Amino acid sequence: MTDVKSTTNSVEVTLELAESLGVTAGGFAVIREKLGRDPNHTELAMFSVMWSEHCSYKSSKPLLKTLPTRGSGVMAGPGDNAGVVRIGDGLAVAFKIESHNHPSAVEPYQGAATGVGGILRDIFTMGARPIAVLDALRFGDPTDPRTRHLVDGIVRGVGGYGNCVGVPTVGGELVFDPSYQGNPLVNVMAIGLLEEKNLIFAEAPGEGNYVVLFGSTTGRDGIGGASVLASATFADSDPNKRPTVQVGDPFAEKLLIEASLEMISRRLVVGIQDLGAAGITCASSESADKAGTGILVDLDAIPRREPGMAPWEVMISESQERMLATCTPDQFAAVREVCERWGIPIALVGRVTTDGDIAIVEGGVDEAGRPKPGSTEIARIPAKALTSEAIVHYRLATQPTRRRQAPAPGIPLQAQDGLPERGMDPAAVLVALLGSPNLSSRRWVYEQYDACVQSNTIEWPGHGAAVLRVKGTRKALVATTDGNQTLSAIDPFLGAQMSVAEATRNVSITGARPLGITNCLNYGNQERPEAFWQLQEAVRGMGEACRALDIPVTGGNVSLYNEYPGGAISPTPEIGVVGLLEDVSLLVRPPFTAAGDTVMLVGDTTPGMAGSAYAALAGLSAEDAPPNLDLEREAALQSFIREAIGRGLVASAQDVSGGGLAVAIAECSIWSGLGASLRLGVSGSPAIELFGESPSRLVLSCRPRHAPALELLARQFGLHAQALGTVGGDRLRIELTGQGATGAAEERGSRVADALDVSLADLRHTWEHGLARALGVESGSGHGPRQETATPAGA
Amino acid sequence: MRIGVVTFPGSNSDVDSLNAVSVAGVEAVSLWHESPDLQGVSAVILPGGFAYGDYLRAGVIARFSPVMRGVSEFAAAGGHVLGICNGFQVLAESGLVPGALLRNRSLRFASKIVAIKPERLDSPFTRAATGDPIHVPIAHGEGCYSADDATLDQLERDGQVLFRYVRPDGTPALDPDDPSNPNGSLRAIAGVCNAAGNVAGLMPHPERMAEAILGTDEGMQLIRSLVLSAAEWEAAGRPPARGGRVAEVAK
Repeated sequence: MTDVKSTTNSVEVTLELAESLGVTAGGFAVIREKLGRDPNHTELAMFSVMWSEHCSYKSSKPLLKTLPTRGSGVMAGPGDNAGVVRIGDGLAVAFKIESHNHPSAVEPYQGAATGVGGILRDIFTMGARPIAVLDALRFGDPTDPRTRHLVDGIVRGVGGYGNCVGVPTVGGELVFDPSYQGNPLVNVMAIGLLEEKNLIFAEAPGEGNYVVLFGSTTGRDGIGGASVLASATFADSDPNKRPTVQVGDPFAEKLLIEASLEMISRRLVVGIQDLGAAGITCASSESADKAGTGILVDLDAIPRREPGMAPWEVMISESQERMLATCTPDQFAAVREVCERWGIPIALVGRVTTDGDIAIVEGGVDEAGRPKPGSTEIARIPAKALTSEAIVHYRLATQPTRRRQAPAPGIPLQAQDGLPERGMDPAAVLVALLGSPNLSSRRWVYEQYDACVQSNTIEWPGHGAAVLRVKGTRKALVATTDGNQTLSAIDPFLGAQMSVAEATRNVSITGARPLGITNCLNYGNQERPEAFWQLQEAVRGMGEACRALDIPVTGGNVSLYNEYPGGAISPTPEIGVVGLLEDVSLLVRPPFTAAGDTVMLVGDTTPGMAGSAYAALAGLSAEDAPPNLDLEREAALQSFIREAIGRGLVASAQDVSGGGLAVAIAECSIWSGLGASLRLGVSGSPAIELFGESPSRLVLSCRPRHAPALELLARQFGLHAQALGTVGGDRLRIELTGQGATGAAEERGSRVADALDVSLADLRHTWEHGLARALGVESGSGHGPRQETATPAGA
Repeated sequence: MRIGVVTFPGSNSDVDSLNAVSVAGVEAVSLWHESPDLQGVSAVILPGGFAYGDYLRAGVIARFSPVMRGVSEFAAAGGHVLGICNGFQVLAESGLVPGALLRNRSLRFASKIVAIKPERLDSPFTRAATGDPIHVPIAHGEGCYSADDATLDQLERDGQVLFRYVRPDGTPALDPDDPSNPNGSLRAIAGVCNAAGNVAGLMPHPERMAEAILGTDEGMQLIRSLVLSAAEWEAAGRPPARGGRVAEVAK
């Protein structure tokens, strides 16, 4: 059957058609070269989705290859559905982060919901039970009605899916920045736990083996999502793109999880792949390519949701909650029994072949796996051509020219330059920062997410990294996401390094050792040399940071067309980290734990206010530099705190990041209900000391008798630790001393020395209500505006 | 002795109930929705989740499942049945406990730790409680307990209100808009039992906070109550329900 023709392929294939599907003239020429002939309509559709940036990483592949991916215990990495790292006791953890930005902008509820569904499938496809979700969300102006609509829908979508499917949402981020006004970011990370022996890959080995499709039926939803939606920039509003957004069914996914994990643990299948972007085309070609085989697809056997679907629609549909598995013929009955017990449709849709091709037959396949007489082969493409040998674009990178050259990172300017701190009341600044949309409590969001189903959640959302126990062991997993878009906008290399440093630091300060990072790279249109330069710099920065911190990159995702008529988003390297705490009884958290404890600052405060929350609040001049990052120092700091926690010297530990030292300490106080009386030496500027965001610093508290040992230990790591004062009382008071401390108080006519002095009640109030106020929703018990939505609402 | 936990398609907190029962030192058995056979268990938990997806209304389809036939017969024979969250919704839809669970007053899913207080300590489901507020999580979109005034009066009069949401000072959060009343439940009702006293439902999840490592083990008071009642019922030769009073309050 070599006649690759059919009435279903009667549409004439032209360059215009190719371009309408997102295939460029250059790409079209390569397709003809790979096939040795013109593609027919079905084949062109398959190429168009597989060669989209979303599926092929055609722009980013040459960059991503430079990342360090090896590390101790890494069992699966980039190229697999999720990274998998051993954690001992025969167990391993799988984790991955992925974007669902454009679908969420078009249809916030379903876009976000299917984002959760998709990343969960990546996890259980590896044989791991999903145990946690983290969602990193970015929006424009919180007071804008459209932003509020998006926030509401996306938060409901994340919750609607995760709550129903029974995976707790334990953490994430919510950031507002004007650059996201027309293009919000929805990055979702999922974590799974598996027994090492259950690790399975997306492959289709063994000639004659059965290829089965199970889960939901195939419909017209999400046709071309990967090529049209994910791999193109936005026009102002694109309602006609709504049909390219998939619709999620978390109940179906829950059944799929149980059925898939049962098949895997009972060794009923030899390979399994989820259907996400590009649907059956992607799952079949990746599975075949990975195993070095081909697949003969029986098109008629694919269960449809609706009649009259064209073959190309069936092949690239992104209908959700579907899986493609390979089993030996003698296990097929058992596989079918599992599906039937869980009430899941299943069909035998193909056979593994040795020719290396994805061949699609219309008209039926017989028992022996041969096309029936009278059937037609409507497509035949080498699996490799669709996946591992897909087109690669070497894009042009050009550093954007600036109107004025920004100073090099870390070079101090005149301390007072651009810092509107004359007459500043530090307490007022602190209150304003804590109540700002980006630093206030995220409670309004996370109270809409089930955070404790599965009975593993030790640290709930809201106070730094999430912590999950590993049942049956003394271990715990610590997870966080962080991305620094403000520094990335100034310097994408530094921004990516900072993101890695902050994310891993947030894990290390609990006492856990970061196992690996997964990344979601959200950038602009790579056909613009400036945007590609940003991505190139970010990957370089991420790689350098990971090498310095000795942490492998175990997977990730790129989202490269985040532009809209108002411009591109700030480059956003979202970093997800999972860490391992060997002994959960040693866990240290950010809140202070006891009055009378000593508060210490570890690490040096350096100048550079650009990109800080203070700068955003105070309108800092654009000429100030971002802070410097010394990766060796960062590595030393993280090693130090893990060592100190392991020795039992630390009562609480908190990272200094957004809002600087003052916000970090205020959070330790708000979360614990314990104030503090501190003295802070100011050499340069009070604003830098209190609100600067220079990295590689942390605030810890300890029993007073442990302070000398901690100072000594810090010195051994080449770090500077200074005692700031004592935990206690119902106020936060930070006296400023030293030569830099004078001025502001005098300006206000005060005769006392500068001091930040504010009641905990005031801090808590502003922190708790800031977000709800910005979004115009009631805070309180989660009673918000009344809106109806057709979602599963039970529990 | 064994305690059964029903798994409907879409149950997701069945693992939490199975875990808590095991932590309580009792064998936990998973009961599949397609069989009315309860395998001789001494008590049944209907767990949280989204049985059959709950797309129509929480619990409305689960009540027709084969296992609910077995559960109804078990309850009629005097066996103890505890419905948690979605399990409470299923019991209410089945008419095994009075009242209905409406959408939260906020019309949003609510996930947080709340304080509930047992109204009485002589029921099979509260006998091991201390009487102090119990801190347990909620995670539901339809948890607003509702019934007409006459029914509510009758429930209060007959001691069928088992738990109420309470404020930090321990008093019931009777105002539906009180932040301590997380879903607007009438008269702050978090859990009720049937007239015979052997079937109870509550919206919060005691089984998810039954171990100190998860924040508090206060929820274990309620799991232990069920274990004690089941054991006593077995020891007495599975007698019919007696109006929900336990003879000797075991603390």
